[in-house]
Amino acid sequence: MQLYEKTAYELRELLLKKEISAVELTNSFIERIESVEQDVGSYVTLTKDKALEKAKQVDEKIARGEELPPLAGIPMGLKDNISTLGVRTTCSSKMLENYIPPYDATVVEKLDEAEAVMLGKLNMDEFAMGSSTETSYFGPTKNPWDIRAVPGGSSGGPAAAVAAGEAVFALGSDTGGSIRQPASFCGVVGLKPTYGLVSRYGLLAYASSLDQIGTFTKDVTDCALVLQQIAGYDPKDSTSVSKEVPNYLDVLKKDIKGLRIGVPKELFAAGLSQDVEKAVKEAIAKYEELGATVEEMSMPHAMYALPVYYVIGPAECSSNFARFDGVRYGYRNKDAEDLVSMYIKTRSEGFGAEVKRRIMVGTYVLSSGCYEAYYLKALKVRTLIKQDYERAFENYDLLLTPTTTSIAFKFGEKTDNLISMYLNDVCTVTANLAGVPAISIPCGFSKGLPIGLQLIAKPFAESTLLSAAYAFESCTDYHQKRPQLGGK
Amino acid sequence: MSEYEAVIGLEVHAELKTKTKIFCSCPTTFGGAPNTHVCPICLGLPGTLPVFNKKVLEYAVKAGLALNCSINSYSKFDRKNYYYPDLAKNFQTSQYDLPIAKDGYLDIEVAGQTKRIRINRVHMEEDAGKLVHSGDTISSSSSSLVDYNRAGVPLIEIVSEPDLSSPEEAKAYMELLKSVLEYTGVSDCKMEEGSLRCDANISIRPKGSTKLGTKTEIKNMNSFKALQKALEYEIGRQIQVIEEGGRIIQETRSWDEALGITVSMRSKEEAHDYRYFPEPDLAPILIDEEWLETIKKSIPELPQARKKRLVEDLGLPSYDAEVITSSKSLADFFDAAVKEYSDAKTVANWVMGELLRLLNANNQSIDETLIRPENLAELLKLIDKGTISGKIAKQVFEEMFTTGKTPDTIIKEQGLIQISDESAILTIVDQVIEANPKSVEDVKNGKEKAIGFLVGQVMKATKGKANPGLVNKLLRDRLI
Repeated sequence: MQLYEKTAYELRELLLKKEISAVELTNSFIERIESVEQDVGSYVTLTKDKALEKAKQVDEKIARGEELPPLAGIPMGLKDNISTLGVRTTCSSKMLENYIPPYDATVVEKLDEAEAVMLGKLNMDEFAMGSSTETSYFGPTKNPWDIRAVPGGSSGGPAAAVAAGEAVFALGSDTGGSIRQPASFCGVVGLKPTYGLVSRYGLLAYASSLDQIGTFTKDVTDCALVLQQIAGYDPKDSTSVSKEVPNYLDVLKKDIKGLRIGVPKELFAAGLSQDVEKAVKEAIAKYEELGATVEEMSMPHAMYALPVYYVIGPAECSSNFARFDGVRYGYRNKDAEDLVSMYIKTRSEGFGAEVKRRIMVGTYVLSSGCYEAYYLKALKVRTLIKQDYERAFENYDLLLTPTTTSIAFKFGEKTDNLISMYLNDVCTVTANLAGVPAISIPCGFSKGLPIGLQLIAKPFAESTLLSAAYAFESCTDYHQKRPQLGGK
Repeated sequence: MSEYEAVIGLEVHAELKTKTKIFCSCPTTFGGAPNTHVCPICLGLPGTLPVFNKKVLEYAVKAGLALNCSINSYSKFDRKNYYYPDLAKNFQTSQYDLPIAKDGYLDIEVAGQTKRIRINRVHMEEDAGKLVHSGDTISSSSSSLVDYNRAGVPLIEIVSEPDLSSPEEAKAYMELLKSVLEYTGVSDCKMEEGSLRCDANISIRPKGSTKLGTKTEIKNMNSFKALQKALEYEIGRQIQVIEEGGRIIQETRSWDEALGITVSMRSKEEAHDYRYFPEPDLAPILIDEEWLETIKKSIPELPQARKKRLVEDLGLPSYDAEVITSSKSLADFFDAAVKEYSDAKTVANWVMGELLRLLNANNQSIDETLIRPENLAELLKLIDKGTISGKIAKQVFEEMFTTGKTPDTIIKEQGLIQISDESAILTIVDQVIEANPKSVEDVKNGKEKAIGFLVGQVMKATKGKANPGLVNKLLRDRLI
């Protein structure tokens, strides 16, 4: 097995035993990136020098016999909407093509304390709007399992990088499914934690009340390991929750006998492809074998989740994105002759079509006369969806659904049909609206492309999610499969 | 003119004098080189989040209580969306439908009449930065720069009901509001530095009518005088428009101080749709009852109560009480002096006379003065004791004002102690009598006035230090 195929905890063992050095490890990943990047295209910006510098520091620590933080020397990547001091943070947009932040996001500080090695910034749909990375200003990322297929989105770069061995793990963000859907398409583990568990300080906001930073890893153990490092209250984020963070690694192997799992029938709706349905049903059987009880149940308002999401998300983004006006940083049209024309030209040229579409929708639903009919109504339905979850968790420990209705689609397949693109989020978006944690884990393959299983738990029950995911992983081998990339 | 009455409501913005900004830890200090009191948060850099400064809540609640408002136990922030370069995020974090305080009032006094002005609401928000134009005005400038030092300084906006009927009432309301805010210690209220700003909504209607006319909004009034003059002008303008058969257009107008007129800025059709919605990055504000009680207790005696006390308990004339309580610091000075010297009227005379005169002459505020109230009291006691004369006391007071020394020290240093030793004064009296035979003759012939001249001569010879009463008595003893 190649180094780039290994998990973080396996690599840590090698570092501790001094079988490899952190610099060797980082170099092996740089080589891997150089070998497959032209096929995959995960990275927007590579930070080789910084990475090697950090790896050198870790090696010096090892040489001095100092205790190693949990992620010391582990090469990783960050979605390009996470603010990095001195390293450009583009959101894969022309608007921020040359924007270099003067500060680090809280998660970046935490990974730095854990001595992880950042290899670079990863591609995404522009401003996290999309389900395929096709809206990236820098061009799409490809699915490592089949480069004709999309990697999913918006965190397509992070998912593809972890699947292709271009990073041991990655951080992404999930607003309506942007971690779980690409994790499912690329056959990796993707976790969207509870809203408020991980600080959003430094995450370039799309929709503030829905955005959450989460993880991409090769397996559930790595997921627990990385989550442990980034979770916790942050005084810089008023929406982060002051609560003690449990030890996630300790609970992984907890027996799931007697676990009550609900399967929302609404999320097994029409449009589910046969291969996905079959794989998820097999997963259900597996859970029953493991001693869980599985029942069909109802989430009566789930069918309204997408329209609610496509009102609230755009509304918040229309306000969040107002700051990109050419005055202070980012793209500015140089020919504008007055303030208003500078605003108009800068924003018309700096944003891509999907971003502009959502800004317009959001501006519309907040405008006077439309507020009550759209935005306020959406907030009310959001409350109903939250209540669906509260009722569900009175009877069940977990909910189980497919992550997506189909395996990864081909490039261009859905760009002309926006509604079918938006429908990608149908299984994932309710968790964002309710703020609950959800994970996608590999549960099968069809036509050489991975299938994902989604588990959803009540707020701050990441431990339950992780132990259930780990139990499934322990009796399957989907997470051990690696894509075969041509390479050089 | 008398056929119309004005209907005026004021929207007042006051900067709160917290040490740090409302959503970050940058200093709120006025001035400073451009863009030196800034950080990623108040610059609105992508990915940053606001964290609410709890001191702002305390000050806003204090102000709300002092303005007789009820405090909302559940309140929240909202985003007010509009584009302008001084607004780093292109939205202002403010409060919309659930302000921190509502339904208050102030009782103003105009021409001896008391009138209650209702206050609709008090809400918290962040201030914007400032544009610095390359030319004198925005339209004559080739470029503009932005200074974000002020961005994120906490503000409260106080919105009155349209209960004001004249520019005089508006000015009286504004003055009282300013002094209430100063008394509670939440704002410096410096209009010249922009820490207190005021916009007015104004319409006119025939006297006796209850129907509201179309209103205009007046901005850019930077002093009490400007407020009154702008409103007077606008009332005149509206009357003229109506009398000429025109109609008032709902619009925003700007007061041009130099020209003394209001000019149209934008019409209602161009008005912003602010697209308010709840700020998702901040949790709602829940007010704890116990905490609210402690804030209530921390509110000092307010100007009107204080004025009443000065009139009723200390027997000051209403005018004196008004002048002294117009500023909390001045009233504090007065109270502290009265504590040591109980003749309130005498203290008031000195405070309103000598003290205010010297402050004005030196362009100082009461907070800057070197004179301590207890030293004024001491000075007054020295006069009573006959240690110095009233005239010398004024001289000592000026020295106290300039140096901050105690009257005792000054009197000793300059040898100003009054001479009350009969034999010492008598020697000088005899010298004066000898030197002024004509005046002596006049006195003996019953010319009372002449005795004043002789007293003056004795005082001159003693450099004012002789006890004038004693001089008078001794002269009379000798001559009459």
